[in-house]
Amino acid sequence: MNIKSKYLGFDLRSPLVASASPLARELDNVKKMEDAGISAVVLNSLYEEEIRVEREALMHHLEYGTESYAEALSYFPEPEVFYAKTDAYLEHIGKCREAVDIPIIASLNGSTLGGWTDFAVKMQEAGASALELNIYSIPTDFDMPGADVEQMVLGIVRAVKSAVSIPVAVKLSPYYSNMAYTAKKLDESGADGLVLFNRFYQPDINLETLETEPNIILSTPQAARLPLRWIGILYGNVEASLAATSGIHYAEDAIKMLLAGADVTMMTSALLKFGIDHVKDVEANLVRWLEENEYESVEQLRGSMSQQKGTDASAFERAQYMRALKTYVVPNNDLA
Amino acid sequence: MTNDIATLDGNEAVARIAYKVNEVIAIYPITPSSPMGEWADDWASRGQSNIWGTSPLVIEMQSEAGAAGAVHGSLQRGALTTTFTASQGLLLMIPNMFKIAGELTSTVFHIAARSIAAQALSIFADHSDVMAARSTGFGMLASASVQEAHDFALIAHAATLKSRIPFLHFFDGFRTSHEVSKIHLVPDEVIRAMIDDDLVMAHRNRGLDSDRPVLRGTAQNPDVYFQGRETVNPFYLATPDIVEEAMQQFGELTGRHYSLYEYHGAPDAERVVVMMASGAEAAQEAVDALNAQGEKVGVLKVRLYRPFDVDRYMAAFPATTKSIAVLDRTKEPGSTGEPLYLDTITALFEGWPHGAMPMVTGGRYGLSSKEFTPAMVKGVFDNMLADQPKNHFTVGIVDDVTHTSLDVDPEFDVESDSVVRALFYGLGSDGTVGANKNSIKIIGENTSNYAQGHFVYDSKKSGSMTVSHLRFGPQPIHAPYQITRANFIGCHQTIFLEKYDILKDAVKNGVFLLNSTAAPDKVWDTLPKSYQEHIINKNLSMYVIDAYKVARDSGMRNRINTIMQTCFFAISGVLPREEAIEEIKKSIKKTYGKKGEEIVKMNLVAVDNTIENLHEVTVPDAVTSSAGFLPPVAAGAPEFVQDVLGTMIGRRGDELPVSAMPIDGTFPTGTTQYEKRNLAQEIPVWDPDVCIQCGKCAMVCPHAVIRIKAYDEAVLDNAPETFKSTAARDRAWEGMQYTIQVAPEDCTACGICVDVCPAKNKQAAGLKAINMAPQPPIREQEAENWDFFVNDIPETPRNLIKVNSIRQQQVQQPLFEFSGACAGCGETPYLKLVTQLFGDRAIVANATGCSSIYGGNLPTTPWSHNDDGRGPAWSNSLFEDNAEFGLGMRVALDKQIEYATELVQRLSGEIGGTLAEAILNADQSDEAGIFEQRERIATLKERLSNIDSPEAKQLLTVADNLAKKNVWIIGGDGWSYDIGYGGLDHVLASGRNVNVLVMDTEVYSNTGGQSSKATPRAAIAKFAAGGKPSPKKDLGRMMMTYGNIYVAQVAMGGRDEQTLRAFLEAEAYDGPSIIIAYSHCIAHGINMKTAMQNQKAAVDTGQWLLYRFNPALAEQGKNPLSLDSRAPKKPVSEYLHMENRFRMLEMSRPEAASVMFEEAQGDVIKRWETYQYLAQRPYSPVENGDGAETDD
Repeated sequence: MNIKSKYLGFDLRSPLVASASPLARELDNVKKMEDAGISAVVLNSLYEEEIRVEREALMHHLEYGTESYAEALSYFPEPEVFYAKTDAYLEHIGKCREAVDIPIIASLNGSTLGGWTDFAVKMQEAGASALELNIYSIPTDFDMPGADVEQMVLGIVRAVKSAVSIPVAVKLSPYYSNMAYTAKKLDESGADGLVLFNRFYQPDINLETLETEPNIILSTPQAARLPLRWIGILYGNVEASLAATSGIHYAEDAIKMLLAGADVTMMTSALLKFGIDHVKDVEANLVRWLEENEYESVEQLRGSMSQQKGTDASAFERAQYMRALKTYVVPNNDLA
Repeated sequence: MTNDIATLDGNEAVARIAYKVNEVIAIYPITPSSPMGEWADDWASRGQSNIWGTSPLVIEMQSEAGAAGAVHGSLQRGALTTTFTASQGLLLMIPNMFKIAGELTSTVFHIAARSIAAQALSIFADHSDVMAARSTGFGMLASASVQEAHDFALIAHAATLKSRIPFLHFFDGFRTSHEVSKIHLVPDEVIRAMIDDDLVMAHRNRGLDSDRPVLRGTAQNPDVYFQGRETVNPFYLATPDIVEEAMQQFGELTGRHYSLYEYHGAPDAERVVVMMASGAEAAQEAVDALNAQGEKVGVLKVRLYRPFDVDRYMAAFPATTKSIAVLDRTKEPGSTGEPLYLDTITALFEGWPHGAMPMVTGGRYGLSSKEFTPAMVKGVFDNMLADQPKNHFTVGIVDDVTHTSLDVDPEFDVESDSVVRALFYGLGSDGTVGANKNSIKIIGENTSNYAQGHFVYDSKKSGSMTVSHLRFGPQPIHAPYQITRANFIGCHQTIFLEKYDILKDAVKNGVFLLNSTAAPDKVWDTLPKSYQEHIINKNLSMYVIDAYKVARDSGMRNRINTIMQTCFFAISGVLPREEAIEEIKKSIKKTYGKKGEEIVKMNLVAVDNTIENLHEVTVPDAVTSSAGFLPPVAAGAPEFVQDVLGTMIGRRGDELPVSAMPIDGTFPTGTTQYEKRNLAQEIPVWDPDVCIQCGKCAMVCPHAVIRIKAYDEAVLDNAPETFKSTAARDRAWEGMQYTIQVAPEDCTACGICVDVCPAKNKQAAGLKAINMAPQPPIREQEAENWDFFVNDIPETPRNLIKVNSIRQQQVQQPLFEFSGACAGCGETPYLKLVTQLFGDRAIVANATGCSSIYGGNLPTTPWSHNDDGRGPAWSNSLFEDNAEFGLGMRVALDKQIEYATELVQRLSGEIGGTLAEAILNADQSDEAGIFEQRERIATLKERLSNIDSPEAKQLLTVADNLAKKNVWIIGGDGWSYDIGYGGLDHVLASGRNVNVLVMDTEVYSNTGGQSSKATPRAAIAKFAAGGKPSPKKDLGRMMMTYGNIYVAQVAMGGRDEQTLRAFLEAEAYDGPSIIIAYSHCIAHGINMKTAMQNQKAAVDTGQWLLYRFNPALAEQGKNPLSLDSRAPKKPVSEYLHMENRFRMLEMSRPEAASVMFEEAQGDVIKRWETYQYLAQRPYSPVENGDGAETDD
C-alpha cells in the first residue's frame, strides 16, 4: 500500500507525523519515533517569553541584594557562560538532524516580532528542516479589534518567511472570526503549511486551595471534530499544506482527516498515552483500512470527502450543526 | 590606550598576582578579604593558569586556622602557597605563622587589614590585625593604594622566595581592598622576570619528600632552643636588601619605582609625618598643599615594616628634620605608644645620623576606617608647631575624656579643580553602586583620566542607603578619603530628601540630579527648605528624571541603574555626551551579553529613553519650602537613644565625642523601636472578617511587625477610630477581643505573611485575611493604631496562653523586633519564636554572622525586653568559639545556682524554712511555676535586705538565679558546621543544659554566600562556583550518636507545628539540645515573598527532613527518634528548580547539573531510608545519663 505523503514540500513515507510534545525533548525518543515509522517530527516549542522570563529571573537573582551591604556585595559567583534554553534547543535540533533521516520541524512561539525572526534564523542555522510557528496567544486586550489580531499574525508570518529559506508552517488557534479568510491570507503571506489547531491549556479551579491552576488534559478523539471541519473546508482552497492535529489517536481518526483533505495527521496525546510504538498500530490499521476499502494509496483518498469533493458540501457549514442540535436526543441521567 | 590599564579594586588587583605565582591557595571567607579568595576560586574553576601554565589548586578550609594549617602543610611539601585573610582570621593564623617563619618558609599572606573585635566587632580598616602579628617573624610590607597593592603583591612574592622570610602583604580593608581604581597592570612577562624559577625549585626541593626524608618540627629543650631560634638572624638581616632589590628590579621593568621608606615633601622639611598604608596618600596630598603655601613639611611612607631597617629608615628623613609625628592606625592600650611610634623612637636612638635628635610625637588615626583627611594631617603638622605638642594624640575624633584629640580645621581643602568629584546616593536595591563601578570603568578605560570609586554602605541588610564617591582627573588620584566637596550630586531616591542634607557637600556651580516622580515644573516644591537654599546659594544646576517610570517603560522593572548612569554622563560633561552614550551601550553589551539578548535590549532601550526624559529644572530665585528634616528617632525615645543613637541614625556619628560612648561596649536593648525606617511602599492590612486567627502571619513575620493580642473589650474605649478588633475565636478566650496589628513604619514589605495566610475572602478569592496595601495613605492612621496597640492594650497574660498551639502561642510578645535583617529573612522568625517562648529568661550567645549583625550592629538593637524589664541578655564573642562562649555562660549560671542554693539552705532559718523549701523545690516547668518562683524570690530578697550578714548580702546578688534561666547558643551553619564545629561538638557532649539553635542557610550568608559543609550537593555558591559536588553534612545525625542530646531538624515553612514542638521540647529537656532550622536566604536566589513555599518543597521532596530525637523518650524505653516528615512525594528536582543556586548549575554546566541532580535525588533516597530505619527500629532502653560531670 502506498501511504507516501507530502508535507511542506517533503516526501514522507506516511501521513503520520509527531506533533510538538515533551517526548521530542529527548533525542532517544526522536530516534524511536523514526524507528516506529513516524514520518516527521515537530519538536517541542521554544517559547521566547519563557526564555525572557528565565533570563530576567537569572538577572534578578544574580543582582538581588547585591551592592547593599558591605560584607556581602554579591551572593553568587558568576559563571563564564550561561546556556539558555535557546542554546540547548538549537543544539537539540542539530543532534536530531544528525541522528535521524526524517524531517525535523522546529517549533517556535515568539513574543516579539524580533524574537520570531531571530529565533527562526537560528533554528534554520541549527539544521531545522522546517519551522512550525506556534502562534499561541489569547488576545485579551479589550481595545484591540479582531482584524488587528489577524494582521499581527500575518505580520509574523511575513517576517519569518522573509528571514528564512526553509518551509514555514503556521499552527493556528480556531478563534478567528473568519477562519477561511485568515487561512487564505496566511496562504497568501507565504505560509507553506497550516496546522489545525492549536490547543490551549485551559485554567482550572482547585476547590481545595481556591486557586486557578493550569490543567493539562490530553486530547480525546472528540477533539478532532474541529480540525476535521476546517480541513474539509480549506482543502483545495489554499496552496499551503494542511496538517491535522488534535484528537488523532487511532487510524480511524487519521483516515477521517485524510478524507477531509489533510496532507498529514499529527499525534501527541496518543503517543504520550500509549507510547511511541502506538504509531505502528495506527499505521497498520490505516493500511488495513485502505486495503479493505480498496484504495490504492493515501493520495487517492486525500480530500475525497472535503467540502469541494464530498457528497454534501453543506455538511461542513453551520447548518449542519443546527441540524445536529435539533436531532440530538438528551440521554437519560446525563444532563450535566 | 595601552592594554595594561585596568579599572579594578584592590582585592582583585592583589588576587591577580597571587593567583599567577602560586600553586596552592587555601581560603576561608572573612570581610573584607573574601573577594580575593572568590576571585581565585572563580579563576580556578575556569581553568585559568598561573605563570607556569597550570591552574592553582584552590581549597576552602573550615576556618582561618585550618587555612593556615593547610598552607603550612602545603609549604612543607614544597608547593608555592598563599592565603588571604583579615582581622580575626589573621589572629587564628598566628600559631602557624610562627612555625612558617621559624622554618624559613617562603610564602605571602595577603591581608585586607581590618579592626580586631574589642569592645565591638568592626569590619572596617585599621592595622590592629597586622600589628598583632608583628612578632610572628613574617616580613611586613604595606601598600597604600590599589596600584601599590597590585605591585607589592608581586614584590613580596619575589622577595619571599629569595629571602626565605614569609611575608604579610597588607593594605587597608575597604579603603584599598574595595576601592575601584584605574591602575597599570603588571604584564605576565614582568611577573615571569620577577619570579626566579631557581628559587621556586629550591623552595620545592626543601619540601618533605619520602624519597629524601628529613624531619622538621622537633621539640627542643632548654639546652638548644635558644640557639636554634637565633639561627634565622642572617636571613632577617639580608631581607631589607632583598626587598629593595626586588623594588629596583620592578622599577626597571615597569617604570614604577618604590623604596622601603619613601619620603615625599620638601627636601629641607622640618616637620615630617610617618605613616603606613593608605593614610600616607592623604598625607601626601596635605604635604603638597602645605608646601605650596610655603611650609616645609614632608611625609615618610613606611613600606617595609618588618624586618625593620633602621639605617634605611633614618636615611630617608631629610637632615633638616626637627619634628617627627608617627601615626599608627591601631591602638595598644597600656603601651607606651603604638608600634610604629615605638619603632621610630628606637630607630632614632639607635641610628639618627644627623646630629640633634628630632622631637617625636605619636598618635592614632583612622581606627575602623575613621576618615583620615588632609585636614587631619594639617592638624598633626600644626600640633608639631606647638610649644608643647600633644603626644599620644588622636586625630579624627573628639576625645573629651582624656583629651588626646587634635584640633582639625575642616575648611582645609586640597582637592584640585581638575578633579571631577561626584557623589551618588542610592538604595542597595536600585543598582546605583553597580552602575557607578561601571561608569568608572568606562571613564578609566576610555579616556586618559584616572578614576577612583569608593563606596559606603549602610549597617542594615535591607533598605540600606549606599553612597558612591567617584573622582576623575588627569593625574593619579591620591585621595583615600570621602568626598565632601562634590561637583555633581545624584540623589537616586526621594526618600533621602526628608532625612539627610545631601547637598551640604555640593560646591558652587555644581550639578544636582534627582530621581523623582515630580514633573520638572513641580519638583522644586517637593524639596525641603535646606535643599532649596543650597541650590540657590550655591547656584547649582538641577536636573530631574522619573527614573522608575523610564525603567518600567523600558522593561527594566525597578532597575534604575542604567538610567541614572546615563543621566550622569549626559549632564556631567566628563565625556562628550554622544561618546559617553556609545560607551555605555558598549558596556551594556559586554556586561549583560552572556545573560541574554533580552537583557541587553532592555538596557539599550532604557538608555535611549533616558535622554528623552531627563529635564533641567528652572530654579526659582526664592526658597518656597518650609519643610525641615524628619527627626532621626521617634519622639519620646529615651535620652541615650535621642542623643547618641539618634546621632548615629542621622549619619552624624562621627560627631559623637568619646564621652558619648559606653565605656565597655554595653548598650541598652530594645532600641530598634525608635528607628522608624519607613522602608515599605506597601504594608499588610488585616481583614478581621476573613481572618481565622491561626497566628501564622505573625509567626513567619521576620521583623516582628505583625503582632497579636487577645484582650478585654473595655480597653477599646479609647481606641483610635480606625483601630480594628473582632471577637476572639479561640474557646479559651471566649468573650475577649482579638486584634492583629501591623507596625507600619517598621515593616519591610516582604509579603511572607500574605503568602502563608490560609484564609480566603469569600467574595474575592484573590484576597486573604491579610493583604498588601500602599503604605503612604495609611501610614499615619496605622502608626496611631500601632501606638495604641502597643501602649494601651495590655499583653495577653502568659498564663492564659497555651504555648503548644500556634494560634495561642503567637500572642506571646516577641522580644526580638525590627532587626536589620533582609526583607523576608528566613532566620529571624526562629529567633523571634525563641524570644516569645523563653525570652524573659534567656541569655544568648550569638556566633558572628548574619545574626550577630542584624542582631547587634549599631545604631540600634532588636533584642528587646518586656514591661517588667526582662528580656534576652545577648552577647557575641567570636565566630569560632560561640558554643564554648555559651557553655561558659551556662557553667557560670550553674555555679551561681549552686551557690544560691547553698546559701538558701544555710540561711533557711533566717529567711524562713517554708520559703526556703518552696524555693528549693519549686516546679518551674511551666510559665506559672516560673512566675511563682519569681514571686518567692522577690519575697526572699525583701527578707534578705533586712538581714545584716555577709552571706545574706551574697545571696541577695545571686538569688535571681534560682528562677529559671536558660542559655541559647545561636548561629549559622558557617559557625556550627565549619569553624565552630569542634567546640559545638564538645559543648553538646558536655551534657550541660544548653540550647543550640543553628539557623542553617546552607552558605556563609553574611560574607556573601560562600559554600559551607551545610551547602547541599549541586548548589552553586562562592567557593563552589562549579556546583558543590559533595553532599551536605548531616549534623543532626552526628549529634544523635551521643544519645543524650536532644536533636531536632525543623523548617517553619514545612510544618510550623513541628517547629514549635521542637523548640518547646528542646528547652524542656534537661540536657544539651540542638535545633537545626532550615533558613531560606537571599543567597539561595529565591523569591523571598514565597520563600516558605521553598521550605515546604524542601520538606515535601525529602531534601530537608523533619525529625525530633528526644533522649527523654529513650529513658522510657521508646525509640527517641520521631520522623516528622512524610515519605518524599515529589522528585527533588522540583525543589531544586525553585532556586537559582541550583538552576544556575543547569544554565552554566548542564551536563554536570544532570549528574549532580541525579546524585541529589540519591542523597534524598538514602537519607530517607536511613532515617526511616532509625525511627522504626526496635529500641532497647539504655542508661545514657546526661553525660555531665555534675549532677545538675
